[in-house]
Amino acid sequence: MDILLTVLLTALLAAPLGLLIARLYAAPASRLTSGLLRLCGVNAALGMNWRQYSVALLGTNAVLAAAAYLVLVTQGALPLNPDHIGAMRWDTALHTAASFITNTNQQHYSGQSGLSYFSQLVAIVTLQFVTPAAGMAALFAVLRGLRGEVNVGNYYLDVTRALGALLPASLLLAVLLTSQGVPSTWSGAKSATLLQPQRVEGQLLTTQTIPVGPVAAMVAIKQLGTNGGGWYGPNSSTPLENPTPLSNLASMVSLILFPVSLVIASGVFLNRRRFSAALLGVMTVTSAALITGVVLAERQPNAALLGHAARGGNMEGKEVRLGTDATALWASLTTQTSNGSVSGMHDSLNPLGGLVPQLGMFLNDVYGGIGVGMINMLVFVILTVFIAGLMVGRTPELFGRKIEVREIKLASLLILLQPALVLGFTALTLAVPSLSGTSNPGFHGLSQVLYEYNSAYANNGSGFEGLGDNTPWWNVTCAAVLILARFLPILAPLAIAGLLATKKAAPETSGTLRVDTPVFAGMLLGVMVLLQLLNFAPALVLGPVAEQLSLTRAAATTPAASTAATTPATTPAAPTPAAVPTTHSAPLTGAAR
Amino acid sequence: MTTQSHPTTPEPASPSNPGPTPSGPTPSPRRNLFTPDLLRDAWKASLTKLDPRRMAKSPVMFIVLVGAVLTAALTAGDLIAGRDWAYGAAISALLLLTVLFANFAEGLAEARGRAQAQGLRAARQDTPARLLRGDTETTVPSSDLRRGDLIILEAGDLIPGDGEITEGMASVDESAITGESAPVIREAGTDHSGVTGGTRVLSDRIVVRVTSQPGESFLDRMIALVEGASRQKTPNELALGILLVALTLIFLIVVATLPALASFAGVRVDTVTLVALLVCLIPTTIGGLLPAIGIAGMDRALQANVIARSGRAVEVAGDVDLLLLDKTGTITIGNRMATRFAPLTGVTETELARAAALSSLADPTPEGKSIVALARTLTELPARPDGAEFMEFSAQTRMSGVDYVDTLGGAQTVQIRKGAADRMARFAAGFSAGAAVDSAELDALVAGIARSGGTPLTVAEVRGGVARVLGVVALSDIVKPGMRERFEQLRRMGLRTVMITGDNPLTAEAIAREAGVDGFLAEATPEDKLQMIRDEQAAGRLVAMMGDGTNDAPALAQADVGLAMQSGTQAAKEAANMIDLDSDPTKLIEVVEIGKGLLMTRGALTTFSIANDVAKYFAILPALFAAQLPALATLNVMGLSSPRSAILSAVIFNALVIPALIPVALRGVRYSPGSADALLGRNLLIYGLGGVIVPFVGIKVIDLLLGGLGL
Repeated sequence: MDILLTVLLTALLAAPLGLLIARLYAAPASRLTSGLLRLCGVNAALGMNWRQYSVALLGTNAVLAAAAYLVLVTQGALPLNPDHIGAMRWDTALHTAASFITNTNQQHYSGQSGLSYFSQLVAIVTLQFVTPAAGMAALFAVLRGLRGEVNVGNYYLDVTRALGALLPASLLLAVLLTSQGVPSTWSGAKSATLLQPQRVEGQLLTTQTIPVGPVAAMVAIKQLGTNGGGWYGPNSSTPLENPTPLSNLASMVSLILFPVSLVIASGVFLNRRRFSAALLGVMTVTSAALITGVVLAERQPNAALLGHAARGGNMEGKEVRLGTDATALWASLTTQTSNGSVSGMHDSLNPLGGLVPQLGMFLNDVYGGIGVGMINMLVFVILTVFIAGLMVGRTPELFGRKIEVREIKLASLLILLQPALVLGFTALTLAVPSLSGTSNPGFHGLSQVLYEYNSAYANNGSGFEGLGDNTPWWNVTCAAVLILARFLPILAPLAIAGLLATKKAAPETSGTLRVDTPVFAGMLLGVMVLLQLLNFAPALVLGPVAEQLSLTRAAATTPAASTAATTPATTPAAPTPAAVPTTHSAPLTGAAR
Repeated sequence: MTTQSHPTTPEPASPSNPGPTPSGPTPSPRRNLFTPDLLRDAWKASLTKLDPRRMAKSPVMFIVLVGAVLTAALTAGDLIAGRDWAYGAAISALLLLTVLFANFAEGLAEARGRAQAQGLRAARQDTPARLLRGDTETTVPSSDLRRGDLIILEAGDLIPGDGEITEGMASVDESAITGESAPVIREAGTDHSGVTGGTRVLSDRIVVRVTSQPGESFLDRMIALVEGASRQKTPNELALGILLVALTLIFLIVVATLPALASFAGVRVDTVTLVALLVCLIPTTIGGLLPAIGIAGMDRALQANVIARSGRAVEVAGDVDLLLLDKTGTITIGNRMATRFAPLTGVTETELARAAALSSLADPTPEGKSIVALARTLTELPARPDGAEFMEFSAQTRMSGVDYVDTLGGAQTVQIRKGAADRMARFAAGFSAGAAVDSAELDALVAGIARSGGTPLTVAEVRGGVARVLGVVALSDIVKPGMRERFEQLRRMGLRTVMITGDNPLTAEAIAREAGVDGFLAEATPEDKLQMIRDEQAAGRLVAMMGDGTNDAPALAQADVGLAMQSGTQAAKEAANMIDLDSDPTKLIEVVEIGKGLLMTRGALTTFSIANDVAKYFAILPALFAAQLPALATLNVMGLSSPRSAILSAVIFNALVIPALIPVALRGVRYSPGSADALLGRNLLIYGLGGVIVPFVGIKVIDLLLGGLGL
């Protein structure tokens, strides 16, 4: 039901939004926009080539990141800090700045206790608006290159245009969420008297402090801007961020709304609607497969709780009011788009269920982050065109422009970057046990570490959790992965598009490879899935697959009702942690995890 | 020396059989890929190519070689330590074999190309040549000839090297090169002034300027290209090479990080097996065959008797969007033929036919012969009248004809003339007693014939001092049979054809319509051609053209694919990037197909190579972990008998698939004209889906065999 509604509503909203965005980027700058930009010393009428555009993008991002870092390490001395939260440690601040400048919102701290109001508003929310705008701007620069325009646009104007789309949408969503009961106030924390006093760590508690603030506004852009970092640590699983079925539905739709509409906008902008329909088809088929996978997996009982819990799906780490299907759907959508907000604990998904978010992040283009998802897809299109083009007996070309050595070099760099960073750091971290800080040994611990780097590379930000990840090692390596994985996959495709734009376009004939046919879409899907599986199959086999198979084996060899289900069931002699089912003690903390 | 180039075995490229080279599951008897001497050469090459410096040029196979050395070292360690070494030795040997197979493929392609080219070169013998210096003539060995030397050749002489006739004309037997036994005329100062080394002068005396240094003729260059010394990777080959290196590095990362991941999960992995996994995953199939595919493309061009200046030229041919074809000889048979007699009112068709034929009896041109032949189908022709005086066509008179005494018709003097309508009208009007010419009717007839693409030839007769115009003979270009279908085919491939002709636009349009070409350039001058090529290129199209004349040279140089005829002038040949030894105007179409086949082979084998990895993962991953993680045995979907057997089977399959695909690499994936969509669908099905399925079957079969052998 949730799934159907989410899909229908997205389809309904994405088409007009896509058209609107395409029109926004096709139209000349409005007088207001150019006026605003002139105030900042930018001439909106001035175009840029891909190099200038890249410099503008990198430059502004570097300035913003540096500013965010400074705010975080000095927040103790800055205003708007009623709870007197101290300065952030350098490495945490580095990671946080990197995480938010890359539209990732991976958090190695807990929002409500780690950040002052000033930091939340200035460092976090600003970047939550600017970074999706930068992604969208980059996409349209790439598209202009593919249209054959050497002048790929004005970066500042493009970002302003994106904000023009994101701000009103966020405002609407914020109003909707406020109407559902999400806090939207400037007043301080509320105190509530507990109906039933609780004893925590030997102390009797009769009141609870409930932090509030302009939560709805932040949640809106968190969802719409493929950000994911929430106001509260538990993110959208807490009723304060996600109180009602309507808020849940609205949140899920906004996870994929912009990514989907940007695919449509690209087709309109390129004047190749069939092409974008083919891409949308590939993405939707993949998305449907991923959703089906995780929903089915989560409908299975939790092996660790067999015989102890009520019959039914795996409810570990899930909100009872959301249930398995809605949580599974959220888990899948949030990792397909590079959002990363969560409504349940990904660590507690069944092993194969936990595989799905990993796959979504490996692919990272279904539907992907704002702008960057579509850019990632275009890289796969270029790779597919390169091989498919040869198979029709021509040197490969995209939209009539030849894909040659330089383009392939850049595309190769991108496909190499992902395994190098994700697998490289995973292996390094696992090889030195003192670094990893995993809460689990064996397969599940491997999945946790893999997930963290995978999430960082995908600029997703969700966490598998159970990692003691606020350490210099984790902070610094993740920051490196975040930054490389954000900017190279934007700049390299921009360079490819810029190079292609300088080439003469051959007219399309019946001998030209068409990129808008079902056959091509099928091959694109094949290349995309195959490449990712070839990259990560061994890691996934050793992680979630081995975990699942061991559990199945353990369950098969142990009577279901027996308590022995939680003990290792492999050969006692082998020192394998094989069949330790997932029982996780990590509390549900950390937003965007 | 192979039989391919022998004159008695005509190549499929000969004009009589311009169809695409057939290939398929059954090897055609014409071509044998695996003659013993070729195989011997290839094996020798596969060993000499093991030189690391040469291997480094192919990074994918270099990694395999490193793997072979590494596993050999590990095996040696095991041997010394007294551990089980057989498995390591087997893997090491198999990896070496993989490299050798790849080298063998390249060596075989080279050997074939060399044999092909040498077959052509063998026709050149070192003969004494008569060198002309000033007015003195000396005899020198032909190997001493330098570019620019003038030599004298007479009937019976073998032409010692490529050159251009500067004086005289001769008939030349070029069968040694082209396989075509009919002699051809080569003449100084015409577009047919080029002669080729190894051909023989049959008649007359010519002076030839030598145009190539010894060892630098087109053939020599071609041989060098094929042999690799001067072979450069084409742009597309380079791009694909980079992608393959990227894939190799990805798998290197995957495999290098695996031990850390595995040990965290409590599994120790064996280094030898890791190397085996790496080699199975990296694209060895396409990496090993890539050089062979490129060389084979040039081989195929050579088999079609086309000498390519570079591999790039062949590759570009696949991308051509527009073919500029000369009308004469390419689209039409080459000569106009009489197709119809159109008499004026009061004249019978037979009367006109008879008169036209009589005046053409002595005409040796194909046009004249065709008039006689057509007339014979209508009526019995009289024998050649005694004492008949024939007058040839000349620029002054602008007519030809015959004067004779008609003994049957009362010894009247008869003059028959044929020529353009206006000339004939004037001719007839010159006789005062002439009957009135219905000029309106004549004009209508003439215009009608011109409109339908024919050339009208008006016939007039003066009998007993009375002149009258009899009618008009329609001479038409005959479109070669099958051309229409050919162009239709090209259109489906996405190629447009433009006919180039010196005819007037009216005639040109009619022929263009009949032949089914997409456009025409009438009254074309060399400048027009050049301009057209530039315009089309500015619109992003790649243009191919064929030419032979010196005035074609700029256009040939400008075109993306310029194919010069071997019979053409030196300037044309220098400007072109390919030379057709058969001087066959339809060759361009074949060259396009060869180029497309080359690119398709690359794409198809790349797809196949990558698709193979799925099955290899399924074979090796469970085998890698199953001993310590029994749960993963579920992934052994192929039911391979043991982990070692699984890994060996995958490595054996990986090695064997290279020689198994050598025929595909050398013959090329068959290019059947059709839309790109249809081609992609078909190739994806065969090489994509096939690439996923075949190794599952192959590895299982090898596993069963290994089991059967008790290994």
